[in-house]
Amino acid sequence: MSLDKNDVRRVAFLARIKVDEADLEPVAQDLNNIIGWVEQLAEVDTDGVEPMTGAAGLTMARRDDVVTDGGDPEKVLSNAPDRVGDFYAVPKVVE
Amino acid sequence: MSKLNELTIAQAQDGLAAGDFTAVDLAEASLAAAKAAKDLNAFITLTPEIARARAAASDARRAKGEALGPLDGVPVAVKDLFCTEGVLSTAASHILDGFVPTYESTVGRNLIDAGAVMIGKTNLDEFAMGSSNMTSYYGPVKNPWAGPAGEDLVPGGSSGGSAAAVAARICPGSLGTDTGGSIRQPASLCGIVGMKPTYGRCSRWGIVAFASSLDQAGPFARTVEDAAILLGAMAGHDPKDSTSAPHEVPDFRAAAQGGVKGLKVGIPREYTMDGMPSEIQALWDQGAAWLKDQGAEIKEVSLPHTKYALPAYYIVAPAEASSNLARYDGVRYGLRVDGDTLDDMYANTRGEGFGAEVRRRVLIGTYVLSAGYYDAYYVKAQKVRTRILEDFTKAFEDVDVLLTPTAPNAAFPIGAKMDDPIAMYLNDVFTVPANLAGLPGISVPAGLDKDGLPLGLQLVGRPFDEETVLRAAKAIEDAAGFDALPKYLGGQG
Repeated sequence: MSLDKNDVRRVAFLARIKVDEADLEPVAQDLNNIIGWVEQLAEVDTDGVEPMTGAAGLTMARRDDVVTDGGDPEKVLSNAPDRVGDFYAVPKVVE
Repeated sequence: MSKLNELTIAQAQDGLAAGDFTAVDLAEASLAAAKAAKDLNAFITLTPEIARARAAASDARRAKGEALGPLDGVPVAVKDLFCTEGVLSTAASHILDGFVPTYESTVGRNLIDAGAVMIGKTNLDEFAMGSSNMTSYYGPVKNPWAGPAGEDLVPGGSSGGSAAAVAARICPGSLGTDTGGSIRQPASLCGIVGMKPTYGRCSRWGIVAFASSLDQAGPFARTVEDAAILLGAMAGHDPKDSTSAPHEVPDFRAAAQGGVKGLKVGIPREYTMDGMPSEIQALWDQGAAWLKDQGAEIKEVSLPHTKYALPAYYIVAPAEASSNLARYDGVRYGLRVDGDTLDDMYANTRGEGFGAEVRRRVLIGTYVLSAGYYDAYYVKAQKVRTRILEDFTKAFEDVDVLLTPTAPNAAFPIGAKMDDPIAMYLNDVFTVPANLAGLPGISVPAGLDKDGLPLGLQLVGRPFDEETVLRAAKAIEDAAGFDALPKYLGGQG
């Protein structure tokens, strides 16, 4: 499989990364080099093999479903580039 | 006696205990060495106020007979991927401009609780994505070792600044992270010890996430014993990281002294790579001979899926990165680049805030996870990962530890391999398999190449058997007697 300009435009939108129109073609070539290289995995027989989802065979730990933190808006918002009161401020989403 | 910044952790501890010098003396020596070696660009932020305050507190504890242990009063450097309370934390990315965490990573907190003295935050590849430290928004790090004609070389990556700081004798130990080799490869290229523990040994909480199923924190030091001391302080169960292992932390320092008599050491035949310099093969053979001379039994083993580890990694790691890095949206912290709409603001922020390699990996990751491609790429890679783990599990039925080269080359010139991503990725060909399988690995400096540049050997062990890895590493260290010094040393001139 190989990516063309339209694929790159779609993937860049999904990733919310601005790619200039003039860069779509070179980025497609760059990504195709890597995608072409990883496709050698098709050679590996993986019939009946379970996908590995985590290392070291650990089982997920559980804890009591209780609130252990919170109530500190100043700490949470201390790095906000823009805020209104105790809220993050962003450009208007709904007109 | 050596200069204070040149001491090992064990030597510093002895001197502090004997009252030969104070923690404040050590901190000042490290800060001065960092200043003298500014040209290396190993640090993004120096933290002299924190260093002096923690050192003074350490001296006060010691004066009262309440010294905490082997790290109390010892200067360390911290990779700028660890969140540090009240200190700029950048991941070497433009997108984290001005980000000052209000919390400390668990590993960082463990080191503070052990009395360690942070002198600064070290440079790295952006979001730990790279093998040369060339992708940092804050510029490349210079390896303290120079080329035969004096060329500037890369320190490896991604933990390039942490490796350079220890190699240049700025401080005796530092923290790194290793997702595909980011501790072991720079340790090899800088002539020091670097260890990636078993996945789950150290908490990942408060470390900027790259690929969550692969990332592990680990130590850099100049001796195996020092690495064991640091790891002992870093490790331990953390309820805040659901993948942190609820295992007791053994006495790694004592374990390292165990010797290799009767140990079965595997030599994986697939780790011989086309075009690998003959001196790396020769050093590998020499390493096996050293272990044999000390009573180990050497056996050839096979890890048949080795060649598929790197391509599998370059699906799994970008996929997890694309998901993890989705949080950098310009809303809650860091860089914001305005746009007409919210979507434009996201895209502008991320287009400008991420460097070329990070953009490349996020795009690949987004692609392999997107509808219609998920099974063909991501699930396939996760199945290949199972095959790679099976190879190791089978090999460890016959042997206790594996010996391999750490990297297929010594340090290379700054700027090399930048136009060919796959050539750069190949630097991690011997280190990536241990990440995919979650196994502990260490790189130990073992010799020099024809240009006088350091080369490391890697030992890989069973899950949660860092003790055997350290024993074998100590045996290599003892036999190699590596005492060559880099060109640039902090505190010189």
